[in-house]
Amino acid sequence: MTEAPERTVEPFDLPEDPGPRGQVGRPVLRYGGGDRTSGAQRFLADLSFPGALQVALVTIPVGCADILGVDATAARAIPGVVDVVTAADLPSPMPRFGVSHQDRPVLAVERVNYHGEPVAAVVAETLDAAQAAARAVRVDYRELPGAYTLDAALAPGAHLVQDPSIRPGDPAAATNVLEDALYIWGDVAAEEARTAVVVENVYTFPMVTHFPIEPGGTVAVPTDQGGLDVYSPVQHPYLLQRTLASVLGLPLNQVRVFAPDPGGGFGGKQNPKIEPLLAFLALRTRRTCRLVLSLEETFQSMRRAGCRMTARTGFTQNGELTFHQVDADFQIGAYADVAPRVMGKGSYVAAGPYRIPGVRIAARAVMTNTTPSTAFRGFGSPQVAWALESQLDAGARRLGLDGLEIRRRNLVAKGEAFVRGASEATADGEWHQSLEKAAELLGWDQPLAPNRGRGIAVGIKPGATSGLSQSLVRLLCDGSAIVYAGTSDMGQGARTLWQQIVSDELGTPLDQVSVVSGDTGTVPFDLQTSASRSTVFMGSAVLEACRDVRQRVLDLYAESTGVPADQLSERRGTLVTPEGELSLPEAARKALGSLRGEFIGQGTRRLRGKGNHPLGGDAAFYEFNATAIEVEVDRETGELLLTKHVTVSDVGTELNPLQVVSQDEGAAIMGLGHSQMEQLLLDEHGRIRNLGALDYRIPTFKDVPVELITGAVENHDGPGPYGSKGISEGALLCTAGALGAAVAQATGVVIRDLPLTPERVWAAIQTAGTGRHE
Amino acid sequence: MTSARADDHLLDELQTVTLTVNGSRRSVAVPPHRTLLDGLREEVGLPGTKSCCAEGECGACTVLLDGRAVNSCLVLCVEAEGHEVTTIEGLSQDGLTDLQEEFLNAGAVQCGFCIPGQVVAAEYLLRTNPSPSEDEIREGMSGNLCRCAGYQRIVRAVQATAARRSGGDD
Ligand code: FES
Ligand code: FES
Repeated sequence: MTEAPERTVEPFDLPEDPGPRGQVGRPVLRYGGGDRTSGAQRFLADLSFPGALQVALVTIPVGCADILGVDATAARAIPGVVDVVTAADLPSPMPRFGVSHQDRPVLAVERVNYHGEPVAAVVAETLDAAQAAARAVRVDYRELPGAYTLDAALAPGAHLVQDPSIRPGDPAAATNVLEDALYIWGDVAAEEARTAVVVENVYTFPMVTHFPIEPGGTVAVPTDQGGLDVYSPVQHPYLLQRTLASVLGLPLNQVRVFAPDPGGGFGGKQNPKIEPLLAFLALRTRRTCRLVLSLEETFQSMRRAGCRMTARTGFTQNGELTFHQVDADFQIGAYADVAPRVMGKGSYVAAGPYRIPGVRIAARAVMTNTTPSTAFRGFGSPQVAWALESQLDAGARRLGLDGLEIRRRNLVAKGEAFVRGASEATADGEWHQSLEKAAELLGWDQPLAPNRGRGIAVGIKPGATSGLSQSLVRLLCDGSAIVYAGTSDMGQGARTLWQQIVSDELGTPLDQVSVVSGDTGTVPFDLQTSASRSTVFMGSAVLEACRDVRQRVLDLYAESTGVPADQLSERRGTLVTPEGELSLPEAARKALGSLRGEFIGQGTRRLRGKGNHPLGGDAAFYEFNATAIEVEVDRETGELLLTKHVTVSDVGTELNPLQVVSQDEGAAIMGLGHSQMEQLLLDEHGRIRNLGALDYRIPTFKDVPVELITGAVENHDGPGPYGSKGISEGALLCTAGALGAAVAQATGVVIRDLPLTPERVWAAIQTAGTGRHE
Repeated sequence: MTSARADDHLLDELQTVTLTVNGSRRSVAVPPHRTLLDGLREEVGLPGTKSCCAEGECGACTVLLDGRAVNSCLVLCVEAEGHEVTTIEGLSQDGLTDLQEEFLNAGAVQCGFCIPGQVVAAEYLLRTNPSPSEDEIREGMSGNLCRCAGYQRIVRAVQATAARRSGGDD
């Protein structure tokens, strides 16, 4: 078989034939939904590994300490304990890994840098024994004055979170600033000279945790070749494979990653965490090693960066933005993970989707002795949008404009630049339409009841700036088809889309298309499942693979029947012959003949980055969202009742409207989480005070707005199949801004710190009553 | 550190617990501290019931105990002696129920991890209140977290099921 040529289209070409479709565009029910509903779906913790050893982690109850010694004598004496492993039992120097910096050790070496960092691991025949032994391990440590807050980390002489030798040659290595970003265009000072109104404020966005309902976990199985099979509910199986291979010094083919569908990821399950440790344990014991984290341990392994932003923003008398200046400090954790990129990519859009002549954005990723922060739905955008959107409303109030009007006057039109300078970015959608639709659906102009307020905000997030997805599609001799696509299906419903695309492109009935994913041993490469990229990248790869299959059917049909190939043509689901049209599956059957066999099509979607671009390349698309909220405030308690919440995303083309609604509602409610109730609280020892579901509250059924309405704008202008764009994050980008503005209108007081808890709202109302407000 | 030995409970003798699970009598030998959740998943071999918070806050582990919805992470196996347990597998043994179909139709099922617990809780709600109002659904289901936040979808699914069961054509 000759290899199919890579069908790379660079840059993204405009989509072909949007418009009425077969299965695409319909609310097709979720692929695998039956098993998820009946309890038959097997998540990581449900897989059975007879004879597996159970692992428990040993931690200490402070956030920063020197480890003086580990005494495992009592632990080893517990029946069933096989091994207690500390840093001393691992290779020296300690292998380190990480996405942006290779700084994270497999186990803590000499120092614990955040609360929950594993110091040792116990391996035992039973979970009871492993956990009892973990409690029996004695760790001697000396607590250090850790840098637990931005202020502590930035103070002169602050405790250094990271050993400076990890960043040799970096002058900032002697500070807690891991990376910074600076985006400047126009002349802020000159713009200020023609400015009528300047607002300057400080905003904070809390540290929050992903809280997937499925906690994390890993199972590592040694193979008889000296390699490993590793099971992890990970969003990026191929990144995990590469990380493990590199840490263990194995070729890629010796590390096979099985990725059972994550029970919720939201970015928290992208990057390797405990997998390298489990890999070492399995190789050391020559046994299968299994660890399913508790929810508390899961909290201690993933979170969103908190952020403090100082913003100065200028407006003309007409409400046109003249300049925006923001200093944003992202509170990242004890190891880099992907946090520097969150800072860099988030702050890239800190001036939003607006026409602003003068901009200066300065952002820093500040290390602290806290849980390493990582990707989390929105990837830095919700933080900066909180400050910017609130600034727009502050300006609007000063100028006597409303929140809708001021945005109308500043939002860029399609094709217009909103990031200028060396890394210009232009609007890739008719974003005004989303804004107007959100206002209309909320009833922006309707009379307002007492104690109610409305707010409207917009949010923007750059999609992936480079990427590679490869896919195989096999059309079998009976006309059914199997798709191989490495996207992790963590709830967004990726496999449903592949099924829809293949059904339309090959003419195979929907229920005869199956999807294989989650196994690096059989499924071709996919860079990652993140940044709402899969519809665009993997979707295009699947589409290409289908077209490759169609061409192969045509070629073999010609060879088998003797009809010259130039008298044949193919199109979606169909082979056209001189005698008439055949459905593609039927043509395939004829072409294959009595030997049967199958057609194998390959598709590749590649977006190369740009070396000189601060994000590593232009975004393949932008997620744009407009959110409008009406809230009723109980002035006695500070409680908020969301009477109406509207979210409108610019989706390009809805490939599956039911899934779009689910993702939009889910993101909107998640946005209410960080806006209204969620925040990780630390004590003076750097311990998470609200560690666990009892004290860390996320939205429940009772927190859903009375009316929650989602709308989509479709202009078929995305780079994905049939004009689609990614959509999974839009609805939480600007939730906070819309809610904050609504609360301000209802109460007359402006709050600049999230979350807007009843206590905070109540206190603000009280303070305002004594005369101190905007 | 407390004076009790950390591994005390490892010395606990196994106890035989006999209970009815999804209509079949089952006997399991478990230590007294074993939760019903872990017993069902590990000893009975029914992993459909999920574990998340293990402290009664998320509802992922919801099962019916003598027909009442409980968080199985808060019940000990030994407490279930002689009782009847219905898990998600039991509800699904004749294929998807009308309720489960409506979960799918409404788009309520995203990652799916919370869904077994949601389905059991919703089934209990409908058995005790066949035509719940939207507020009653929100209240009745408020112990079940969904981080994918399909809450509004689940409310629709419960409403559609109630309509189907009352003979209406939603
Ligand atoms: S696992 Fe039982 S309530 Fe959360
Ligand atoms: S469907 Fe994912 S947690 Fe509910």
